[in-house]
Amino acid sequence: MTTRRSFLAAAALSPVAWARAGAAGQPGAPDVAGGPPLSRVFAAGPPAAVLVCVLAPESLLGWPSRLDPESLAWIGPPAADRPVLGRLAGRGSTVSLETLVQLKPELVLDVGTVDATHASMAERVRQQTGLRCELLGGRLAESPALLRRAGALLGVPGRAEGLARRAEQILAEVERERPRHASTSVYLARGADGLETGLGGSINVEALEFVGARNVAAAGGEGGITRVSLEQVLAWDPEVLVTQDSAFAGSVRSDPVWRGVRAVRGGRILCAPSLPFGWLDNPPGINRLVGVLWLARRLDSGQGGDDLREAVRAFYAAFYRITLSGSQLQRLLGETT
Amino acid sequence: MSGRGRREPRRDLLLRAAAPILLLGLVLLALAVGKYPLSPADIARAVAGRLTGDDAAVPEAVSTVLWRIRLPRVVAGLLVGAALSAAGAAYQGMFRNPLVSPDILGVSAGSGLGALTGIYLHLPMALVQALAFAGGLGAVLLVTALAGRVRRHDPVLVLVLAGVAASAMLGAGMSLLKVLADPYTQLPAMTYWLLGGLVTVTGADAAAAAPGLVAGMAPLVLLRWRMNLLSLPDEEVLALGVNPRRLRSVLILGATLMTASAVSISGIVGWVGLVVPHVARLAVGPDFRRLLPAALLLGAGFLVGADTVARTAASIEIPLGILTALVGGPFFLWLLARSRRAW
Repeated sequence: MTTRRSFLAAAALSPVAWARAGAAGQPGAPDVAGGPPLSRVFAAGPPAAVLVCVLAPESLLGWPSRLDPESLAWIGPPAADRPVLGRLAGRGSTVSLETLVQLKPELVLDVGTVDATHASMAERVRQQTGLRCELLGGRLAESPALLRRAGALLGVPGRAEGLARRAEQILAEVERERPRHASTSVYLARGADGLETGLGGSINVEALEFVGARNVAAAGGEGGITRVSLEQVLAWDPEVLVTQDSAFAGSVRSDPVWRGVRAVRGGRILCAPSLPFGWLDNPPGINRLVGVLWLARRLDSGQGGDDLREAVRAFYAAFYRITLSGSQLQRLLGETT
Repeated sequence: MSGRGRREPRRDLLLRAAAPILLLGLVLLALAVGKYPLSPADIARAVAGRLTGDDAAVPEAVSTVLWRIRLPRVVAGLLVGAALSAAGAAYQGMFRNPLVSPDILGVSAGSGLGALTGIYLHLPMALVQALAFAGGLGAVLLVTALAGRVRRHDPVLVLVLAGVAASAMLGAGMSLLKVLADPYTQLPAMTYWLLGGLVTVTGADAAAAAPGLVAGMAPLVLLRWRMNLLSLPDEEVLALGVNPRRLRSVLILGATLMTASAVSISGIVGWVGLVVPHVARLAVGPDFRRLLPAALLLGAGFLVGADTVARTAASIEIPLGILTALVGGPFFLWLLARSRRAW
């Protein structure tokens, strides 16, 4: 219980700590170190867009892909008013290099896997356009370092430092509780039919593995997204089912076939919120930080209690600058009064 | 020649008796194996419980796995395999072309575009399947309507070329949707749909596809004798008192109805409709009256077998389209190499 109380204290304190850092990070205000904040940043993919939207929303030139109107309503101006420009991902790009040059970004920022393929892709864009391109590692555990590095690049190190500390607190807190979750078997049900899942080590199950839960699909080996049969899920018989598809979460309870799964019988179906960004892997950005927190709490107990609500409120205030009302919070966490 | 003539009926009889028995054995095997461990005793108890109407003693997990997961999947495998193979045999005969498969007139591409649109619009699975069905049917109707307006060329050639062009355009539409889709949630769903598979098939899906399959099969079965006529040039068919255009339209409608129904529940499963009719032809010859039942049985067996491998070989599901191409391609080449019989 002490760990939970200390966590509560940290969660309650952090918005205050943040408010100071945030004031320093306002546009125009000189930041602690480095040059002035950038005003034109192109986010190459969704994880980078979330990062820029959190750190310096006024500098975001546009979105890499279409967002739900509901998500945009949560994000609010100025970022929500930005157009959809397309993503930059090698052959999978939906933005042309000419458009990119025309946008005159001071920085092209990408967040994701740092491997030879992606590094050479960024290098090529740099050579062809002469623009500054940065590729930062996006693993969940690296979130604090990612925030600091991006903060330095965007010229908002003060705000970034506050958020990085907050991320460290969250990760450390969840990491301490890992042994408690080690025995819990969890199945990540993706897609409208719930039969898409993430293999061990995939970016899609990072949040799940970070809280220490046992991903049943890891038995299928390492890799990315895969499909499994319902029979296989029945054989794995997970204790908890995690999904981010609210329609699936609704239908699975009354589905006679899914009722054979222990998690469904026991009512342990956790539906991850998705506003303004997904809490588990959509996209795999710093938006997952609140997801690991939520997952750790929900694995412990049914609803998560007051400390989860406070932590979520603090996270939204710090990262998204959203002051959650009681009803918003309730809707987000899928609670019924 | 005379020796061969004497052997044929006996061989024929053997095939006719053996094929259904083999298929039944395969179905039983498919029902017995899977990722959820069921012992033969479990299965026997469940079957006995079902037959006597007293399944209180059967554990719920056993009856769920057997009746609600495996049985619909095996039934769907039989239906989809039979439909694709029969449609392939019909198309190959109609178009006098061994390289034709059921998707030659754009049915797969139309279904694909329909399904991808559904996924893109976040529609529930049932609507995605309905869109896939409508897309497949719509694409072929469009192709035949367009081809019907071109009168100066060989009608069969025009149909095939129109189908190729339509498939390319529909394929472009699919690619566009994949580019626009959310890369974390929608894109994987689209990719798996296009790779084909029976992972998500429920009893309701199989029941929904069955009417289209039966209705599409009817003209093929009823017109199986006339089907043979289409291997002749159109003028000769006319001379025999049959309108080849009308006959072709009816058969295309039937084959398309079957293919669209199958694809709507299985996604795009390649190779079955191309390879199985050839194998059937090697076994029983080109006479459509014998070819159709042979293709039906072989196709049903092949797909149930491939799907059993798909769901048991690894703890993840192997997409069916990958397996059918991997198995079908080399098998086809091997048959070609050792056979001397003409098409």
